[in-house]
Amino acid sequence: MNIIVCIKQVPDTSEVRINPETNTLIREGVPSIVNPFDMYAIEEGLRIKEMIGGKVTAISMGPPQALEALKEAFSLGVDEVILISDRAFAGSDTLATSYTLSKAIEKIGLFDIILCGKQAIDGDTAQVGPELAEHLGIPFVTSVKKIDEIREGYLRVHRMMEDGYDVIETRPPALLTVVKEINEPRPPSLKRKIQAKNLQVPVWRKEDLDVDEKRLGLKGSPTQVLRIFPPEIKGERKILEGNLEEQIYKLVSELKGLGIL
Amino acid sequence: MIRIKREICTGCEICISSCPYGAIEMVEDRAFITEMCNLCRACLSACPVGAIIETEESRLPTTDSRLMDFSGVWVFAEQRRGKLHDVSLELLGEGRRLANILSTELSAVLIGSNIEKEAKTLIAYGADKVFVADDPSLSDFHDDSYGHILAGLIEKEKPEIILSGATSIGRSFIPKVAARLRTGLTADCTRLGLDGKILHQIRPAFGGNIMAVVICPNRRPQIATVRPRVFKKPIPEKGRKGKVIKVHVPEDISLRTKTLEFVKDLTSTVNISEADVIIAGGRGLGDAKNFRLLEELAEALGGAIGASRAAVDAGWISYPHQIGQTGMTVSPRLYIACGISGAVQHLVGMQSSDIIVAINKDPDAPIFKVATYSIVGDALEVIPLLVKKIKEVRG
Ligand SMILES: Cc1cc2nc3c(=O)[nH]c(=O)nc-3n(C[C@H](O)[C@H](O)[C@H](O)COP(=O)(O)OP(=O)(O)OC[C@H]3O[C@@H](n4cnc5c(N)ncnc54)[C@H](O)[C@@H]3O)c2cc1C
Ligand SMILES: Nc1ncnc2c1ncn2[C@@H]1O[C@H](COP(=O)(O)O)[C@@H](O)[C@H]1O
Repeated sequence: MNIIVCIKQVPDTSEVRINPETNTLIREGVPSIVNPFDMYAIEEGLRIKEMIGGKVTAISMGPPQALEALKEAFSLGVDEVILISDRAFAGSDTLATSYTLSKAIEKIGLFDIILCGKQAIDGDTAQVGPELAEHLGIPFVTSVKKIDEIREGYLRVHRMMEDGYDVIETRPPALLTVVKEINEPRPPSLKRKIQAKNLQVPVWRKEDLDVDEKRLGLKGSPTQVLRIFPPEIKGERKILEGNLEEQIYKLVSELKGLGIL
Repeated sequence: MIRIKREICTGCEICISSCPYGAIEMVEDRAFITEMCNLCRACLSACPVGAIIETEESRLPTTDSRLMDFSGVWVFAEQRRGKLHDVSLELLGEGRRLANILSTELSAVLIGSNIEKEAKTLIAYGADKVFVADDPSLSDFHDDSYGHILAGLIEKEKPEIILSGATSIGRSFIPKVAARLRTGLTADCTRLGLDGKILHQIRPAFGGNIMAVVICPNRRPQIATVRPRVFKKPIPEKGRKGKVIKVHVPEDISLRTKTLEFVKDLTSTVNISEADVIIAGGRGLGDAKNFRLLEELAEALGGAIGASRAAVDAGWISYPHQIGQTGMTVSPRLYIACGISGAVQHLVGMQSSDIIVAINKDPDAPIFKVATYSIVGDALEVIPLLVKKIKEVRG
């Protein structure tokens, strides 16, 4: 099986904050990481390969620094990595990103399974996977928590829903977006980590892809961020006085007063 | 493109920390924008002297006469196994508000099998028109069939705005529809507004640490998914008049996926994305059987059970209950965190809850920073007391 894993390098969002006075982001020293959901996608790709054979290719679209994410994927065991990077791709929203990725995947050619994370933690959109599948004209299943069976021409997965899961059958080539429950990612191997250091990561630029320029980057992005602002701080902090029992009594009466009880 | 006017830049470096992508560097004592730039515009307002500008050449013209052909507000009326999802009714309330401002019609799109009777409900909740695609082949949700029908209808009827719930179903097939129509989609909105005919789609980003206003000025329709429970269900008006339009369901929609069965998660009586009250437990509960205590509290309050990742990883409760960066994002009216330290990865999934109660032994636990009510104490002692008091008050 030829497996392609799409990974994104993201700022560790838990550390991004907004300065309420200037409405600008405070990013001091926020590290870049591989999007956590994509780590599960990488692991699942490796497991499929180990089970039935094949090749795993990790691709990422982003600025030159994104090659760090690809090196991390390599140290985990993927066979090949490709960076898709060009100034013309800057400012891409999910539509332009998925279009560009689809063109890179068409260039790779043969594939059976594409794995994406359920969502990227910077934008949390969960749109790139399904949009990518649509551009490629292949079926997809989102929020996959288990690959039940996979073989040549057959795929059965569990799709997580709010109140349970659907068991779904499809045929490769197909795209899956995965959630955390699907596996437990392995640690990188030391040997591959060392190899990754000196790895020459191929970079595909605009000219390397058969793309319509109007559909790239900012020009090809129908959505725009108009402005950003800090979230409202909800409710004030209330002090509960007295011993434990009194505090609990106070809490319950407050909740009652708020109409929750 | 974002550019720095070198002749204006004073080299104060304020912009550097404003960039979430680390794309600004100092070159010869002046700020310089590197390839890391994502054109997010965060730096524009940071510069005290206005040296950072956005050059417009890369943007499309904003007045495209074809945009005028689009009118009407639509709500995708989600149902599962014949039952309408509450978020669809909530969206009819918001859709009505937008349609009134735009002086246009509000329509609902209902797709499924044996569901035509629900059209009346949608009209009572505010729809002027209901498009119904009712066919046995549509009983299970499939991205292919639902996407094909919705995209086809949109191409024919040209609505200007489409709203859908940010549910498993909405977040799965709406992106497919948006890609097919080559238009924009904004996920997980928590507020909507209008500036003329432009929909302001307000949503959290960066794990809820930042809010962003997103627009789709040059393409139609403008599509947004909205989280459940963001808007209030309107009061239905019995006997309200509306039109039901049957949609032809083609026989040859290629279905590349097949649903074999649905397996209900027995541990969740109420799912956390829609619950008004969530009782969440963490590693501090010590073991799986103490989660029973949470269930008692959840029962007393009519709530659902959530958990931190530590509790899920320990195998005390299943993953669908996990709240946080790699789990679900929730914003109930009341969130009670029991034995949860409040790691940022957990906070980003629940900090927008209306009221947060934290119960933790450690007075310095970070969870207390976001808590409305703080109780420093042993959860195993506090929870039973709380259950008892609630029962007393309820009588
Ligand atoms: C990439 C990534 C993604 C992550 N995603 C998530 C996510 O989605 N959701 C998530 O929750 N975490 C996530 N985490 C993990 C997160 O960093 C924390 O490790 C986790 O939230 C801790 O869970 P906890 O608060 O239950 O456990 P701990 O941090 O161990 O806290 C237990 C708390 O219980 C208190 N306590 C102990 N005994 C008692 C008692 N008897 N009564 C009252 N209080 C008691 C302690 O004082 C302590 O504060 C993620 C981490 C990473 C790296
Ligand atoms: N720039 C990118 N390069 C490669 N994969 C991406 C990129 N952006 C998104 N993805 C993939 O799409 C998934 C969903 O991202 P998003 O739609 O941004 O939430 C991620 O988990 C990745 O697997």
